Amino acid sequence: MNYWPLLGIALVVIGFALRFNPLLVVVGAAVTTGLLAGLDIVAVIEALGKAFNDNRYISVTWIILPVIGLLERHGLQQRARAVIESVRGATMGKLLTIYLGFRQITAALGMKDIGGHPQAVRPLVAPMAEAAAEKSHGDLSEDDRQKVLAMSAATDNVGLFFGEDIFFAIASILLIQGVFESYGYPLTPLELSVWAIPTAICAFFIHSWRIRALDRRLGRVRT
Amino acid sequence: MITYEWLYWLAGTFFAVWALLSLKDGRYGNAAFWGLLSVSFFAGSHLSDFANGVLVLALVAIAGTGRLSRSAPETTSQTEREEYSVRLGNRLFIPALIVPVTAVAGTLLYNYTPLSATGLFEARRETLILFGIGVVIALIAAMIWLRAPLAAPAEEGRRLLDSIGWAAILPQMLAALGAVFALAGVGEIIGRFAGGAIPEGSIFLTVVVFALGMALFTMIMGNAFAAFPVMAAAIGIPLLVEGYGGDPAVIGAVGMLAGFCGTLLTPMAANFNIVPAALLELKDQNAVIRQQIGTAIPLWVCNVIIIYVGAFLLWN
Repeated sequence: MNYWPLLGIALVVIGFALRFNPLLVVVGAAVTTGLLAGLDIVAVIEALGKAFNDNRYISVTWIILPVIGLLERHGLQQRARAVIESVRGATMGKLLTIYLGFRQITAALGMKDIGGHPQAVRPLVAPMAEAAAEKSHGDLSEDDRQKVLAMSAATDNVGLFFGEDIFFAIASILLIQGVFESYGYPLTPLELSVWAIPTAICAFFIHSWRIRALDRRLGRVRT
Repeated sequence: MITYEWLYWLAGTFFAVWALLSLKDGRYGNAAFWGLLSVSFFAGSHLSDFANGVLVLALVAIAGTGRLSRSAPETTSQTEREEYSVRLGNRLFIPALIVPVTAVAGTLLYNYTPLSATGLFEARRETLILFGIGVVIALIAAMIWLRAPLAAPAEEGRRLLDSIGWAAILPQMLAALGAVFALAGVGEIIGRFAGGAIPEGSIFLTVVVFALGMALFTMIMGNAFAAFPVMAAAIGIPLLVEGYGGDPAVIGAVGMLAGFCGTLLTPMAANFNIVPAALLELKDQNAVIRQQIGTAIPLWVCNVIIIYVGAFLLWN
């Protein structure tokens, strides 16, 4: 067996570690891997072009930017902060924990398009989390502010990943079903999706504990 | 029937406007980059694979030589935004909600009523198409309500897009890399390695290797979908299900979730980890991953335990 194509993976790891431009790393790795697998350069460029073209739907989602930008121009982030400032007893810990649960439950019901980074995290969740943290701990240092924003994005990811598989009609469940069926193990989507529940519960407890730990740490540094 | 092609024309138009505005702004690198992407949306279906490949190389050349820059179109000041926020109140959230509501409610409505029989949308493509429709509705509603200048949404969109920069097409590019990896047989090689790393006779350690393989291979490929068929074929089905008699439903479902823990840890999952860092204008490109490490690792351990208990101890 020809093990040389694995060099492409090594290139990806090294390239990312050395902070080269990721687009260069990815295309460099693709070309290297293809050539080492014995394809000629034209075939590699064709494969790259075809796959890029077939996946255009991924980049369609950027058409939401004018809507978000227009609303931000008219004070959307400020409004999100004002809402949090008006809620008594709002803390970053509580806010992000509620968002985590909300994201898991809506994703579990198949509504994974509620939330997401351009639509929800940047204009709403992140400014709200920042406002809540400032409300309990006073002005944040730049480092702490960055941590709060990053944690908001992380919370969206965790909520989505460990909620969506509870919904049975989702791509990953259908993929599992398809793979097992091709080996002679017919499973129903529902049999699979109930087994996403224990992990979802663990994810909620682990991540909400970590959100609160960050909130407590912000408080300690200050006093 | 409304197909993805319609969405591509819509996106192509948006990117063309951004390219023209960049040109007017004297940012030629940005203009070329967004212009090429616009060409890809409009003409991609009619170009040869090779021409599309050359287009990809050109995009990478522009970004890789540092020709993309952040733009700063005119916008409102902080004070003006505070005033708007007070004056417009919570109604500001409504246009933002139009998009997800159109996508979600529209999908449900379409799939669970006789509407689906009309074949209005390309099969299984309705959610993203409805997302596009939601964007158009939200944009029109917000423009009428706010009476903003006609150029405002285009310029505000360009500012956000330029702050994301090359990361905007990284997810699409990684999907293309996955396709080349598949063509080169990378999955089979990894599967053979993982299969060779199994200690004989220990169910628990086999579960550990399976879950670890899912997480690591997911980190390399950037998504669990590419890892799953390989690890299931190498370890999950021949060893855990057939060798040790485990419950296939648990092994499949929770094995996939062990892979999702890997997704939290890799810059290859650009959509979830790198793009938000750019969107939130964080200094460290890996800041989101750093916040996820402490969740992903204990959660991965939970998944190992769930597979071991659920698929073996409870099943037999």
